[in-house]
Amino acid sequence: MEENVKTTAAGRVPAVRMEGITKSFGSKKANVNVDLNIYHGEILSLLGENGSGKTTLMNMLSGIYFPDSGSIFVDGRPVSIKSPKDAFDLHIGMIHQHFKLVNVLTAAENVILGLKEGFVLNLKKVRTEVKKICDRYGFDVDPDKKVYDMSVSEKQTLEIIKVLYRGADILILDEPTAVLTPQETTRLFEVMRNMKKDGKSIVIITHKLHEVMEISDRVAVLRKGEYVGDIMTADTDPQELTDMMMGRAVTLNIERSEPKNIRKCLEVRHLSVIDADGVKKLDDVSFDANGGELLGIAGISGSGQKELLEVIAGLQPAVGGSSVVYTDMDGKTSTLLGRTPMEIKKLGVHLAFVPEDRLGMGLVGNMDIADNMLLRTYQDGGGVFVDMKKSRKLAEEIVQEFDVVTPGITTEVRKLSGGNVQKILVGREIAGNPSLLMSAYAVRGLDINTSYTIYRLMNEQKQRGAAVIYVGEDLDVLLELCDRILVLCAGRVSGIVDGRTVTKEDVGLMMTRLPEAEEAK
Amino acid sequence: MIHISKRADFTLFKGRAEWLNRYVGWGIRLFAVFLSLVVSGLLIFFVTKLNPVKVYGAMIDGVFGTPRLTWAWVRDFTLLLLIAVGLAPAFKMRFWNIGAEGQVLVGGIVAAAFMIHLGSAGIPAAILIIMMAFASMAAGAAWGVIPALFKAKWNTNETLFTLMMNYIAIQLTSFLVPKWEHPKGSNSVGIINPDSNVGWFPKLFEKPISGMTQGAPMTRFLTAGESVYLNVLIVAAVVLFMFFYLKKSKHGYEIAVVGQSENTARYAAMNVKKIIIRSMTLSGALCGLAGFMAVSGIDHTISTGTAGGRGFTAIIVAWLAKFNPFIMILISGLLVFLEKGSISIASEFGLSKDVSQIITGIILFFILGSEFFINYEIKFARRARKEA
Repeated sequence: MEENVKTTAAGRVPAVRMEGITKSFGSKKANVNVDLNIYHGEILSLLGENGSGKTTLMNMLSGIYFPDSGSIFVDGRPVSIKSPKDAFDLHIGMIHQHFKLVNVLTAAENVILGLKEGFVLNLKKVRTEVKKICDRYGFDVDPDKKVYDMSVSEKQTLEIIKVLYRGADILILDEPTAVLTPQETTRLFEVMRNMKKDGKSIVIITHKLHEVMEISDRVAVLRKGEYVGDIMTADTDPQELTDMMMGRAVTLNIERSEPKNIRKCLEVRHLSVIDADGVKKLDDVSFDANGGELLGIAGISGSGQKELLEVIAGLQPAVGGSSVVYTDMDGKTSTLLGRTPMEIKKLGVHLAFVPEDRLGMGLVGNMDIADNMLLRTYQDGGGVFVDMKKSRKLAEEIVQEFDVVTPGITTEVRKLSGGNVQKILVGREIAGNPSLLMSAYAVRGLDINTSYTIYRLMNEQKQRGAAVIYVGEDLDVLLELCDRILVLCAGRVSGIVDGRTVTKEDVGLMMTRLPEAEEAK
Repeated sequence: MIHISKRADFTLFKGRAEWLNRYVGWGIRLFAVFLSLVVSGLLIFFVTKLNPVKVYGAMIDGVFGTPRLTWAWVRDFTLLLLIAVGLAPAFKMRFWNIGAEGQVLVGGIVAAAFMIHLGSAGIPAAILIIMMAFASMAAGAAWGVIPALFKAKWNTNETLFTLMMNYIAIQLTSFLVPKWEHPKGSNSVGIINPDSNVGWFPKLFEKPISGMTQGAPMTRFLTAGESVYLNVLIVAAVVLFMFFYLKKSKHGYEIAVVGQSENTARYAAMNVKKIIIRSMTLSGALCGLAGFMAVSGIDHTISTGTAGGRGFTAIIVAWLAKFNPFIMILISGLLVFLEKGSISIASEFGLSKDVSQIITGIILFFILGSEFFINYEIKFARRARKEA
C-alpha cells in the first residue's frame, strides 16, 4: 500500500485529502470536483455562502453521504467511507449543527451510546475517561448531568467529548458558534486551540468572517459547490475573503437611517407567559415598539424570544395581568391579548410575522410558491373559491424583485434553498405594507448577500413607518442595524439599550445576567 | 455499491418535452401493473399449467362479457369510488379516518329504517328517496364527527376512535337485523319492499331512447344499465364537487394547510378545530351517502356485510390517487375489475377462490411498490477510487 501514499508539493502528508469530489442531489450539483487538504495540527475554516456545499462536503467525510465520484485519502491511503462507523474507524468525527443526544440520559450514558463496549455497561470507566478528556482540553461537564438539564453550550461540549471519546483525531464542527453567546464562543475557541496543540486537525464550517480571522490557521473557500482556493489566515483580511466567497467585490455595510416620525405602535406591559409544561417563559416583560423605529431583541436562544412574538401574534396565551395594546395610524387603540389571529386581523391590525420555523410555520413546504402566497390572504374576497390569479401575480413579483432562484412559481417551496425560502416568506409578509413587522432569526442560515438584502428590507420597512421588531443572534449585526435593543435573559428584560452607543460586550453580559435590581425581585 | 436517495424531480426528458416529466410517475405505475400481470401470469402457468393469456382473457370476459356483468362492475366500482372520494378530505387533512366502514353502515341502517318503517306511509317516492339520502348523510356525518369532536377538544387518537366506531355500527346492525328480519327465523332482513320497490333507486331511461332500434346491441347494453344510472350520476356529481372543493375552494386550501402543518394553519389565522370538525362532517356524510346507495340502490337489504370491507379498500384508493378524485376513478375501477375478474376465473378454471386473492395481492404489491421507485432513485455507484 505504501506506493499509494500521496504527498503534496510541500512534502507534507495531509491528514485528509479529498480529490475531485462530486456530489449531486437529483439535478442539483452540491459539490463539483472539489479538492481539499486537511493537515495535522491545524484549524481550517471552511468558508462559503449558504448552499455552497460546505456541509455536504464534510458529510462525505463523516460517512453521512457518499460521493458520486472522486477519492478520499486518509494519511495518504485511499479509503472508502460508507457510514459514520467507517469515519470513526478512520478517527474522523463530526459535530453537527443539530445535536444528536438523548435527552433523558446522562452525559456519560450519551457518550457510550451506540458503542460496542461488551455486554456489561462500565459507566465508572466511562466517567473517568470523560473526566480525563475534560481535564486535558479544558472542558467543564458533569458526567452525571442529564442532557435535558443542559444549556445549549453544554450540549455542544458533550457532542465534542462524544467524538473525542471515540478517538477522533480529525474533528469537524458545523457552524458551532451559531447557538453560543460571545462568552461561550471564546471558551469554545480556547478548547479548540488546546485540541490543536494536541495534534488534532479541526475543520470549522462557518460564514462569520471575524471568527475565521480569530480562530483559524488556514481558510478554504467554496463557492456554488466549487473549490475556490485556500489561503493562510495571516495573509488575508475579511474583505478579500468576502470577495473570494462571492466571486466579486461586495461592500458590507448595513444601512441604518435615523428614525423619523416616531409614533406609538405597540405597548407591552407586564407580559408573562407560562407554557404547557408550566414553565415560565416570559416574566413581567414591558416595552414599547414604535412606528418608524427598529427594535432589536437580543438574548441566548430560548430566552423567551419565540414566546414574545407568538403572544403578540395571537398564537400563545399570556397569563392574567399582562397587556399588549396596539395603536394604529389614527391613534385608535385596541388590545391584542386574548384574541385569535383571525380576530386580530379583523381588528384591522396589519401584522406581519416572519417566524423562526420557516417551513414549519411560515410556509407549507409541500405547496408551491403561488399557493404559499395565499396563506395570509386566502380569506380575502367573497365566494367560496380562492383567488389564484392574485397569488400567482404576487408570486411572480416576489420571485422577480428578490431574485429568487427557482424553476418557476409552481415549484414546491421545500425544494428551494434556505435563502430562497426566506426571501419568499419575507417577501410575502412585507407585501401588504404591514404596520408592525416582527421577525425571528430572519437571517439564520442565509448567505451574506441574502442577509444584507434582509437587513435592507427591514430598514426600508422602518423608513416606511412600520414598527419593526428584529430578533437576532449576531450581536455585531444587532448593534449595526437596530435603533434600540431589548436584551432578554431567561424570560426577563435585563435592559433596553441604545443600539448606537452600547458595546457588544455589554450586551453579551446582559444576556447572561440580570441587573441586580431585577435579580432581587 | 447500491445507493438509495430521495428523488428531487424526474429529468427523463429535456428541452421542449420537459412537461412530460410530470407524467413519468404515471408511466412507472402503468409499467408496474404490466409487470404484475406478467408475474401473475408466470405464477398461473407454473402452478396450474394453464395458458396465462387465456386466463386473462377469461378474466376480461368475466367482467365485461355481457352488458349485465359490465354494469355490475360499474355499480360496484362507483360505490367504492364514492367512499374513497368521501375519505379524501379527511386523509388530505391527515386525519386518519379508518371508520368509513362504520359510517357507510350507519348510513345504510338509516336508509333501511326509512324503507321498512315508512314504506307504506304513502310518501311520494321521490320525496322519500331524498329524505333517505339526507337522513343517511346525517347519520354518517354524526359517525364521522364524533371522533373529530373528541380530537379537537381533547386531542384523542382518531385512528383508534374511528376504528372503534366501526364496531359500534356493526353491533347496531346485529341488534337491528332480528327486529327487521324477514321472513321470520331467517336471521336476515331479506329484500325490503320486494313488490312495491318503495325506497329503491328509480330506473332511469327505462324506455329506449328514441332513434335507437329495439334489440340493437347498443340499445341492449344501455337498457341493462337502467338500474345503475342514478348511482353513476350521484357519484359523478360527488367526484366533480370534490375535485373543485379540494383544489379551488377556501375550505380545500384550509384542509391542505392543516394536513401539512397545524402550526402553519394557526399562523395563517385558521381555526384548526373548526376545520377538523367541518371536514370530518363532510367525509362522514359522503360515506353515509354511500351506505344509502348500497342499501337503496344496490342491495335493497341491510346486513353487517353491507359495507363489505370497502371502507378499508377505499383508503388504498384515496392514497394511491393522491386524493385526486379523477384518478380515483381509474384506481377503483381497476381494483373492482381485479376482484370480479379473479372470482370469475377461479370458478371457470376450477381454481381455489384464494387464487383470485393471490393475483389481486400481486398486483397491489407491484402498484404500491412502484411508489418507492417514484419517490427514490437507486444508484449503482462506481467504486469511488482513482488509480494512484
